[in-house]
Amino acid sequence: MFEALSDRFEGVLGRLRGKGRLTEADVDDAMREIRLALLEADVNFTVVKNFIARVRERALGEELSKALNPGQQVIKIVNEELTRTLGGETIRIAYSAKPPTVVLMAGLQGSGKTTNSAKLARWFKSQGRHPLLVGADLQRPAAVEQLRTLGRQLEVPVFSEATDPVAVAAAGLAEARRTGRDVVIVDTAGRLAIDAELMDEVRRISEAVDPNYTFLVIDAMTGQDAVTTAEAFHQTLELDGVILTKLDGDARGGAALSVKEVVGRPIAFASTGEKLDEFDLFHPDRLAGRILGMGDMLTLIEKAEQVFEKEETEAAAARLLEGQFTFEDFLDQMQQLKKMGPLSGVLGMMPGVPKEVRNAQIDDREIARVEAIIRSMTPAERRDPDLIDQSRRVRIARGSGSDPTRVAELIKQFKEMSKMMKRMGGMGSKKLAKSRRKAGKSKGKGPGGRTTGGGRVAPSTKAPLRLPNLDPRAPGAGRGLPDLGLPDLGLPGPGGVGPGRG
Amino acid sequence: MSLVLIIALVLVVLVGTGLGLVVSRRRGRSGLLEPPSPAPVRPAPAPVIAPDAEAGPEPEPAQALEPEPEAAPEPEPQPEPEPEPRVVERPRFRDRLSKARNALSGYMGAIGGRSRIDAETWDELEEALILADVGMAATQDLLEHLRSQVKAQGLGTGEELLGALKAELTSRLGDFDRELHFSEAEGPTVWLFVGVNGVGKTTTIGKLGAREVAAGHRVIMAAGDTFRAAAAEQLGMWAERSGAELVRGNEGGDPSAVIFDGVAAAAARGADLVLGDTAGRLHTKTNLMEELRKVRRVADQGAGTVTEVLLVLDATTGQNGLVQAQQFTDAVELTGVVLTKLDGSAKGGIVIAIHEQLGIPVKAVGLGEGIDDLVPFDPAEFVDALFS
Repeated sequence: MFEALSDRFEGVLGRLRGKGRLTEADVDDAMREIRLALLEADVNFTVVKNFIARVRERALGEELSKALNPGQQVIKIVNEELTRTLGGETIRIAYSAKPPTVVLMAGLQGSGKTTNSAKLARWFKSQGRHPLLVGADLQRPAAVEQLRTLGRQLEVPVFSEATDPVAVAAAGLAEARRTGRDVVIVDTAGRLAIDAELMDEVRRISEAVDPNYTFLVIDAMTGQDAVTTAEAFHQTLELDGVILTKLDGDARGGAALSVKEVVGRPIAFASTGEKLDEFDLFHPDRLAGRILGMGDMLTLIEKAEQVFEKEETEAAAARLLEGQFTFEDFLDQMQQLKKMGPLSGVLGMMPGVPKEVRNAQIDDREIARVEAIIRSMTPAERRDPDLIDQSRRVRIARGSGSDPTRVAELIKQFKEMSKMMKRMGGMGSKKLAKSRRKAGKSKGKGPGGRTTGGGRVAPSTKAPLRLPNLDPRAPGAGRGLPDLGLPDLGLPGPGGVGPGRG
Repeated sequence: MSLVLIIALVLVVLVGTGLGLVVSRRRGRSGLLEPPSPAPVRPAPAPVIAPDAEAGPEPEPAQALEPEPEAAPEPEPQPEPEPEPRVVERPRFRDRLSKARNALSGYMGAIGGRSRIDAETWDELEEALILADVGMAATQDLLEHLRSQVKAQGLGTGEELLGALKAELTSRLGDFDRELHFSEAEGPTVWLFVGVNGVGKTTTIGKLGAREVAAGHRVIMAAGDTFRAAAAEQLGMWAERSGAELVRGNEGGDPSAVIFDGVAAAAARGADLVLGDTAGRLHTKTNLMEELRKVRRVADQGAGTVTEVLLVLDATTGQNGLVQAQQFTDAVELTGVVLTKLDGSAKGGIVIAIHEQLGIPVKAVGLGEGIDDLVPFDPAEFVDALFS
């Protein structure tokens, strides 16, 4: 639905390649696009204005680097400015010298205070602390019940009583002292920011427990109103930080930028999923890319680092690009990929993924079916699918509970894919090789220098094939996939046949 | 796009960037600059209470649902946006949207006061629409339309421009079927409620249930949110409050089964309306959307008929609201939207795009926390309440 900012710039600034300096008119063109992108990402109007003014000034003042085209240069400035505005570093929690450390959770209804109180408790627990959850939301039916259930799941005690919220909070603090809990998290009732009565209640709770940290929980999907909310809470409570929720959706999260500008406090934590452990310290640089529509590459990479065997995967990718990729490699890599969660989620985090791919209905059960078929092949068949004749096909189908046409289809797709990847490898390998060297050097290891089979013939398509830019923070990062020039390679479109379409 | 290919592509990209990570991390470690503390921004202009510039189109209380005994009285100018005392009558847009209106009234006052329409007027109008979360595309489209109208009809003053804006918005929200339908067939009617987390699905069911009970229906609430801790308890409290009955399953159980049981229970007990709650889910979660499809299918398979699938949408939602509506309607064919939390300062302008681009009408709005605060949506009142 949204065009990535980088795509837009291609049009606006692509023609400026080779200029030594951006003219004022060029910059203004670019600023219009940035403004649109930021507004579409729900960044507050006033915040956008100020932000644009800052970027414009920098863009005009800066010498163009030779390495980047003007469009990339501007994106780089925008990205840096955005990251800086969002806060350069992650927050460090300083525990109170006189325990317990008290954390007060505030926010609008439905922003996820209760769930995030529990998530925060889990986080403190993982830091070796002993949290106590205090349910002071006596407004919403069953809110305390919800907190108790979550507390049971986490094995974190929950304190609440049916008196009034201020008394509950105070008693919770006393309970923590009595039982030796060193962190107290107070969940409060949700409110519409301007509800004077409830606002007064949360203020009195805050006075009663004197929190070390007051966090505002904000929904990443919030629109222009985020600023109003943040201001109202900040005036009443003096926030210390923000917890950003529902970042696992596809909202661009411009609200975070607005809130940061208005309250000048860091975004401390971000919640990225429904499960209690899908919650962590916030990384501003990742959100910057996301607001600009450049995907959430760093998160993806971190995840990938955890699951992929680096060397092995590199080797597999190299074979892939050389056309030596076998079903065995495929199976291996698929196993690892599966560990990263649903494929659609992974795709969603990759920047610049073409719409056809992103919107392809990916049924993760289909992966299991493909896996079953491959597992029913003999090792020899996996290495050389040409061995598979009619009778072997029937056997494989029987073994995997599928039918021979499906087996045939998979093999055909696999071959097509191999061919395509080989072609791509031919085009991109120079860059890949270069990047290997670069990466190798920075690790202090010898150059990768993997000799990719000689005699490569550059294909005649003029599709600009590039492998993804290697520095995910660099402006061009994430332009990898579109640059593979998918349409030019004659891929089957979204309507293409194949079991991939569930 | 074949699965095989997608996996291969993912692999290539991951390897490519994974390598780069080492480089970038190094760089990141050495040069982390302390961010300059940004000066707090004062956004919206101080709320100026605009005198009622225009009466606007005569708001006809379109009682889409059960006509209430006391018809909404004529809207009077409401100069003081004071917090309303809790009233027993049907809450009115104008009163409850006063907070939302305040944020815009500075703009509206400035525009309305202009004797000619100049570039600045257009800028202000654009800002106002964006601040109302109308969205860039819809805003540009509206402005373009108004520009040609100004030219064609020779509109001269800001006040005339605002009049044209309100008329245009009202007509765009225009003629939609906003009724909540009951099944003509035998057996209970089923209304399903879907949406992302925390928008107020359960609360909406509670309020709507109360209203339908008051209107003489026998209502069963089916606690299809088996995921969130204590969601069934919350619905149970609403059922108790509103005089409806509750059907629930086990936490972590199959939501379709709970809805199916709800329908079966309704058929057995002679209840004519089942309100099916579902767990909040982000529209990006394929498996959860698949689960929702199943709930929708199964709800129709028993004795009941699904006549409404309502997306509950929080008025504070920004541009993602349109994406949500699109994804949910792709999955379960929405029949309408319930816009909640409109009594805060949020304006819910995204529903304009949802009407226009997806043709899905808002059928009810939540104007407060009270059990009577869910009312039928009236476009003219909505527009008038926001933009005056």
